[in-house]
Amino acid sequence: MIRWLLLFFGGALLGGIVHLATVIIMPRTATQDAYSRLARIAPVNTVTALPAPTPQSASMPFMDPAFATAVCRYDLSQGPLKLTVPVSLAYTSVSFYTRYDVAYYAINDRAAGRRVIELDLMTVEQHSQMPEDEDITAADRLIVESPTLTGLIAIRALAPEPGLLSMAQSAIDTAQCRRQDEPKLSR
Amino acid sequence: MRLLLGSLFALAVAAVVGLGATYLALTRGAAFGALSIGSWTAWPKTGTVDADPYAQASIARTGQLPIALGDGVSFTAQADDHGKLLDGRCDVVLSGVTPAARFWTLSLYNIDGELVANSVNRYGFTSQEIVRHVDGSFEIVVAPRANPGNWLPTGGVEQYALVLRFYDTAVGVSTKAGREVPMPSVDTRSCP
Repeated sequence: MIRWLLLFFGGALLGGIVHLATVIIMPRTATQDAYSRLARIAPVNTVTALPAPTPQSASMPFMDPAFATAVCRYDLSQGPLKLTVPVSLAYTSVSFYTRYDVAYYAINDRAAGRRVIELDLMTVEQHSQMPEDEDITAADRLIVESPTLTGLIAIRALAPEPGLLSMAQSAIDTAQCRRQDEPKLSR
Repeated sequence: MRLLLGSLFALAVAAVVGLGATYLALTRGAAFGALSIGSWTAWPKTGTVDADPYAQASIARTGQLPIALGDGVSFTAQADDHGKLLDGRCDVVLSGVTPAARFWTLSLYNIDGELVANSVNRYGFTSQEIVRHVDGSFEIVVAPRANPGNWLPTGGVEQYALVLRFYDTAVGVSTKAGREVPMPSVDTRSCP
């Protein structure tokens, strides 16, 4: 009897380790997380507008129906990215997520304080390799450091009333994320 | 033989306990640092780099992008103030005021996080659409049939969740549940 009790407690202890291990491994093995869902519809280093969520279909669960959303799935292995987001009429925000959907930075239109939110996204190494004088002349440039080489940028604009959703959508349609050395795209 | 049987037993216990605990933790949305006010619960830390492994695992499981803390904070209610699960066949009334924020939105989802189909294609409200009382407080009726005032249709689903998101707000990790953060009350008025 005591033998089985001991085996049971040993098993339960092992179960605790199994529990912690599965929780930690979970984000690395998930196939239906936000990044994997968006990887199917969003090409790398381009802004892709997401369709407004409806009861029949949504790009992700728990999307806010009052917002127009666009994503940029980035890959910094070729160099830093430049992001420009024009501010819409009500509320615009840009949130940065790592490959495993952890939010590490967000900025909204009021914090940016301009009509266009302009950001440079780079890894920590790319930031440290930047020439120093360039850093000074561009003091008003916002530089965001990404902890991972790949990740997601979510650009969201609020439509305060349902009728304004198309206006919010057209505002973020002109958002751009592209490599810094690429020539400017002509509109 | 006894050794083999014994180790098989111990391994079976380990599998059941370990995987069962993971399943329970992820389906119940367990994470540290929950901020509960009335029937509303938020996990402000989930929108930061300090998100704990439980929060990260449940984000990966549901497939949603959490609201970053610099953007806003999201409160969820699955039950009313008396602990009764929100039922789409009942009339539920939200009343009161909200904490200070530039904008807030209220949305209704089924338990899988999908919007609920209804005849008027209304899935939520923003703070600008709401009709308010003279003192700034408001009342929102969440009900299957049309109601005067602020009516949010439930589509008659059995169970749903309300998500109240505050954008550009001071509510966050350092917020203590209490008087400084007033949240609307959730009250089931009538059930068929």
